[in-house]
Amino acid sequence: MHCCPLTGRSHCGGAGAGGGAGAGAGGGAGVSSATPTDEMNGAGNLMDFLDEPFPDVGTYEDFHTIDWLREKSRDTDRHRKITSKSKESFWELIKSLLDAWSGWVVMLLIGLLSGTLAGVIDLAVDWMTDLKEGVCLTAFWYSHEQCCWTSNETTFDDRDKCPQWQKWAELMTGHAEGAGAYVLNYFLYVLWALLFSFLAVSLVRVFAPYACGSGIPEIKTILSGFIIRGYLGKWTLLIKTVTLVLAVSSGLSLGKEGPLVHVACCCGNLFCSLFSKYSKNEGKRREVLSAAAAAGVSVAFGAPIGGVLFSLEEVSYYFPLKTLWRSFFAALVAAFTLRAINPFGNSRLVLFYVEYHTPWYMAELVPFILLGVFGGLWGTLFIKANIAWCRRRKTTQLGKYPVLEVIAVTGITALLAFPNPYTRRSTSELISELFNDCGALESSQLCDYINNPNMSRPVDDIPDRPAGPGVYNALWQLALALVFKIVITIFTFGMKIPSGLFIPSMAVGAIAGRIVGIAVEQMAYHHHDWIIFKNWCRPGADCVTPGLYAMVGAAACLGGVTRMTVSLVVIMFELTGGLEYIVPLMAAAVTSKWVADAFGKEGIYESHIQLNGYPYLDVRDEFTHRTLATDVMRPRRNDPPLAVLTQDSTTVEDVETLIKDTDYNGFPVVVSRESERLIGFVQRRDLTLAIKTARQKQDGVVSSSVVYFTEDAPQLPASNPQPLKLRRILNLSPFTVTDHTPMETVVDIFRKLGLRQCLVTRSGRLLGIITKKDVLRHMAQMMNQDPESIMFN
Amino acid sequence: MSPGREGSWTFVVPAVVTWFLLDAIVFVQAKNFEDVRCKCICPPYRNFTGHIYNRNVSQKDCNCLHVVEPMPVPGHDVEAYCLLCECKYEERSSNTIKVTIIIYLSVVGALLLYMLFLLLVDPLIRKHDAYTQPLHNEEDSEVQEMRPPVDSAQAKGNTVLERVEGAQQRWKKQVQEQRKTVFDRHKMLS
Repeated sequence: MHCCPLTGRSHCGGAGAGGGAGAGAGGGAGVSSATPTDEMNGAGNLMDFLDEPFPDVGTYEDFHTIDWLREKSRDTDRHRKITSKSKESFWELIKSLLDAWSGWVVMLLIGLLSGTLAGVIDLAVDWMTDLKEGVCLTAFWYSHEQCCWTSNETTFDDRDKCPQWQKWAELMTGHAEGAGAYVLNYFLYVLWALLFSFLAVSLVRVFAPYACGSGIPEIKTILSGFIIRGYLGKWTLLIKTVTLVLAVSSGLSLGKEGPLVHVACCCGNLFCSLFSKYSKNEGKRREVLSAAAAAGVSVAFGAPIGGVLFSLEEVSYYFPLKTLWRSFFAALVAAFTLRAINPFGNSRLVLFYVEYHTPWYMAELVPFILLGVFGGLWGTLFIKANIAWCRRRKTTQLGKYPVLEVIAVTGITALLAFPNPYTRRSTSELISELFNDCGALESSQLCDYINNPNMSRPVDDIPDRPAGPGVYNALWQLALALVFKIVITIFTFGMKIPSGLFIPSMAVGAIAGRIVGIAVEQMAYHHHDWIIFKNWCRPGADCVTPGLYAMVGAAACLGGVTRMTVSLVVIMFELTGGLEYIVPLMAAAVTSKWVADAFGKEGIYESHIQLNGYPYLDVRDEFTHRTLATDVMRPRRNDPPLAVLTQDSTTVEDVETLIKDTDYNGFPVVVSRESERLIGFVQRRDLTLAIKTARQKQDGVVSSSVVYFTEDAPQLPASNPQPLKLRRILNLSPFTVTDHTPMETVVDIFRKLGLRQCLVTRSGRLLGIITKKDVLRHMAQMMNQDPESIMFN
Repeated sequence: MSPGREGSWTFVVPAVVTWFLLDAIVFVQAKNFEDVRCKCICPPYRNFTGHIYNRNVSQKDCNCLHVVEPMPVPGHDVEAYCLLCECKYEERSSNTIKVTIIIYLSVVGALLLYMLFLLLVDPLIRKHDAYTQPLHNEEDSEVQEMRPPVDSAQAKGNTVLERVEGAQQRWKKQVQEQRKTVFDRHKMLS
């Protein structure tokens, strides 16, 4: 009762055309013969089976694009119906209130579930990462840090050792030190890593192949109006959550952020199915998914506002203000839930939360901008190399061995990562250490500065000091880690396990930033008489914060890869909670975008969309070629004529043959073949279903029955078979343009209105049709790409 | 959505509900004594070595004077010594950790068992009723393919077992389709 797609259909046509004409978008916006009002009257007269809507009308098949206009007007129609009904009785009023609230309820549920799942993932990753090294004897479910949490045996020099936590070698042989123990630990580390990644890839393969990858390119495509059935299904949700933990804890160079967005969108889809408002309308469903993406980023980075902006800037296609508020709410609930779980025990939402209060100086903008350049270069290198490698995987023998590939890459990663202390631990911990400022109490090697023995200052005001041997040691280890991360991430992203690239990108940037930071710091310390340092770096002052450089570097590299700007800066700002670092972050983000854009306009997600040939019509691209609608429309000059239906002379058999012989997704309906005056457009799926239902339920409909799209079927002699009236599934106001409309306008119409197809007419006569696929192909052709690579059914 | 996914509902929902319930119990319970700590890190000072103090005190008592016991320095140095120490109050929920890890492991275990079942045992059972195969091939016609689950007779199986069986078959077909798309044709996600 909630949805009557058929009535929705007929009015919605009217609404659509009105909107188009109002916007002045189409040269010859559709002129339909029937106005919405008389359509309503007509609907009352129809006495055939179509009064009862049959299931599945107005739904889409797998790998098809949706018609945004149609979805939107279907929802308006549904809404109108509920409003008018709500005046009838109290119960209907309550129902309408519930309907109005359902959007917020869905958001609440999404927030709760995605926050919970993020908490589970964080806790499990924490534990499993440490499982590669050892085990907690008192309670096996504790990670290293949790195991030693209450221990009183930790000493100042060896802060994370406690007797409860034992490394594998210690547990097995009793020796904690020595070459034998090292080799055994090494061996077990690799073995665990291999086991985790093998489990991950086999679970993905057996239960949910769609759970692999980062998911953001596909979600972008889905949000732009593409249907991929099962991509946001329940099994995908379960398997992605489970295997994400395995993949991250196997020590591969990947992160959980992108997959968390996918997980949150799966939650969104799950809860959509509870409310017919969302489950039956693909357009409304996408509004929920946009908000779910925001919740995903919100829990991934502990940045609710950043999440909303990420959804707006990076993933969403259609983002009305209502969705903005709902995303805001979903992100809030998700962050709150995660905070309640408190997975890191530090009352923060992320492991690498930092808090500095040291100021920065104008002259430091130079190294920040240099880091931005580095980020841009890294982004370019990563995108080019990763796409080349993925193309290889797609086209050559390599793609035939996904399990072997994962195992091999994990083996190499683990073998190379173990000897270097900066790659052995989890990437989040590495970033956390690089972001942290060296206080007096830090025990890490990076903070091994030479202290002035008679210094006794409060802990948070440490002046610049000369670097000790530990720092120099750490520097070359970091340099090795940088090279390793750069190379291995290129091969890791795109394997058949859940893998995000935020964390590895940030790690690359943080390492580079920290190295630059330490270099600047030491330069300032040793040469504080130089003119540039003279003003802001007096001896004994705290003037350079290497951790800040690490953060700026991380932002720059992430920006170079994803081409985010506003949301990136906001995410980083929420990570640090320091307003004063917005300018350095902005400078780095914008520089990295400029540099990266100079080498190629597309970010990693757009590149992957293009590689896979998803039908994604990017709102950001500009179309500047001077072609006309008539150059793009089908049929072309030598093609057979357009497959059309006539309003009152086609038989059921003709229609069935037409459906069988062609694979078009819809057919224009004309007055007659001679005049070719357009009256409407009918979708293939609706037509198939209508005829099938009519044949089953309506007596007298046989192959020779005539199909009528007119308002009233003429009175026929009794000898003729009963006619089949199909006006209810006819879209009376298909979007039309004239043949001389420039493609620039047509592309704009497709983008802004989310059309699926558009008919081309000349003075009311139907000439041809332009579909979204034709537009995408044309654009690909204009950019000298292979137009056949675009996926579409 | 399509009822083909109903089967997995039975999987996800109870897991989440259990998690919530167990967690609710955890929160209701009084805070475990080992779930709060005040950790003070004191760096080396004069000739005293650095030390870490770890005590279970309330948040307002979390400072050097309450936690550092016994005080290593003589009375007049306490203030200077305490200025160097950094005390942090932290909370965790050890029960949440325990419950989460155990649930996670059992989910992974269940999935692994089911995977082994599907890969090893299922083909042996299926061998006997090979006649079900042609039934699926009929569904290639267009309308059927659009919504195979709804009207096919097998979905309306009489017993619960048959219905589960039907749902499982549909799900398997979907996964097979996905596998073809991703792993064989490399149409997506490459």
